[in-house]
Amino acid sequence: MTQAEALQEYLLRLADSDMILGQRLCELCGKAPALEEELALMNVALDLVGQARNWYEYAAELIDDGGDADKLAFRRDAHNYRNLLLTEQPNEDYAVTMGRQFFFDAWHYLTLKSLVDSSDERVAGIAAKALKEATYHLRRSSEWIKRLGDGTEESHRRMQDAVDILWRFTGELITPDDTDHIMAEAGIGPEPDQLASNWREMVNEVLTQATLTPGADDAWMYMGGKHGEHTEHLGFILAEMQFLQRAYPDATTW
Amino acid sequence: MPQPGNSDSRSAVDILIASDRVPANARPDLLTEDDIWALLEAVKDPEVPAVSVVELGIVRAVRWDGKELSIDVTPTYSGCPATELIEELIIEAMRAAGFRAPNINQVLTPAWTTDWITAEGKEKLRAFGIAPPEGSSSKLSLLGEPDIIACPHCGSTDTEQVSEFGSTACKALYRCTECLEPFDYFKCI
Repeated sequence: MTQAEALQEYLLRLADSDMILGQRLCELCGKAPALEEELALMNVALDLVGQARNWYEYAAELIDDGGDADKLAFRRDAHNYRNLLLTEQPNEDYAVTMGRQFFFDAWHYLTLKSLVDSSDERVAGIAAKALKEATYHLRRSSEWIKRLGDGTEESHRRMQDAVDILWRFTGELITPDDTDHIMAEAGIGPEPDQLASNWREMVNEVLTQATLTPGADDAWMYMGGKHGEHTEHLGFILAEMQFLQRAYPDATTW
Repeated sequence: MPQPGNSDSRSAVDILIASDRVPANARPDLLTEDDIWALLEAVKDPEVPAVSVVELGIVRAVRWDGKELSIDVTPTYSGCPATELIEELIIEAMRAAGFRAPNINQVLTPAWTTDWITAEGKEKLRAFGIAPPEGSSSKLSLLGEPDIIACPHCGSTDTEQVSEFGSTACKALYRCTECLEPFDYFKCI
């Protein structure tokens, strides 16, 4: 794989993870547990979709086949999507929704923090913008983990269940592959070992404060999202998300 | 509150601001970059109509060489839905002043920060009922305590956060425990 190919791949991973998690959060529009939570979830989703657009636009320019951000988001099938498996997991109860958010936010924040110093100026610029938003997201989701984990007996039980259910999808966040290594060597992406240890440290600290137990270090991890091998959930998300653009390709007015 | 264009001696710029279509006698070639900045002062943020796009720090640069007009704008948030509308409003205002084909460039670097909101802009936000951002974005800590936010209605600092997000991505929801009024806080980023 050349560095140019790896960069396209890497940008799609960033874009797709933002896009799919944003789409998942939007499912809660009109049915969040409280009005303030709905505002927050929709704002986080909006940030993520906006960031996805910035990454897609850059990816589309590099791919240079006449496509654009919309085409990348709405005309690719599941096997071409490169999002982390964690982001496509269903909302379930609020502990799972917030647990998924926290694991992602910690990874997202640390990744963006490193991308701000990327040797690729465009990547650094998009990351600098996104980092401000991701910081806010992380602050909020980590507070929820602490409140639910160190809350009532029921909230603790549910939050621990959420950690146990989601843990199997966290390995993918911090297990590098060829693309990640090429990006790190080019000074474009984060140094994988550093990212992994920082993520573990941050997650352990918050879970400890929340009186929660993280999963085992040697737990079985589901991976493959970064290579287009997804859980069954992604197909359903795309079916809904892409319907209009698939039914009326290239329509200019809706 | 003083209204723009209400001064006794209306300048050419004020007359242009007041018009909603290209005036037959529009002479953009006579305008300077300073005049264009003044025209942009009349373009309000669609979500926070109390302040202009210049006061919010959204307009980053204006270049006018007598032939081509180019304006750099930066989005406040990656997903801000007002970004495109703001660009359209700017184009509209420039067309009204006689510029046929203004170029709008979206720039992401350096990333927009609430530090760019002018002192006047912050005062207008407060008068509009939105608490302006407190402190400097560079001093924000990841998990630290939030700053003390003063109520835009009564000035009390006995306020509490209701929600970290408000009606738009750039605002949080607060409540004053003194006068009991809820209010929006323009988040510091």
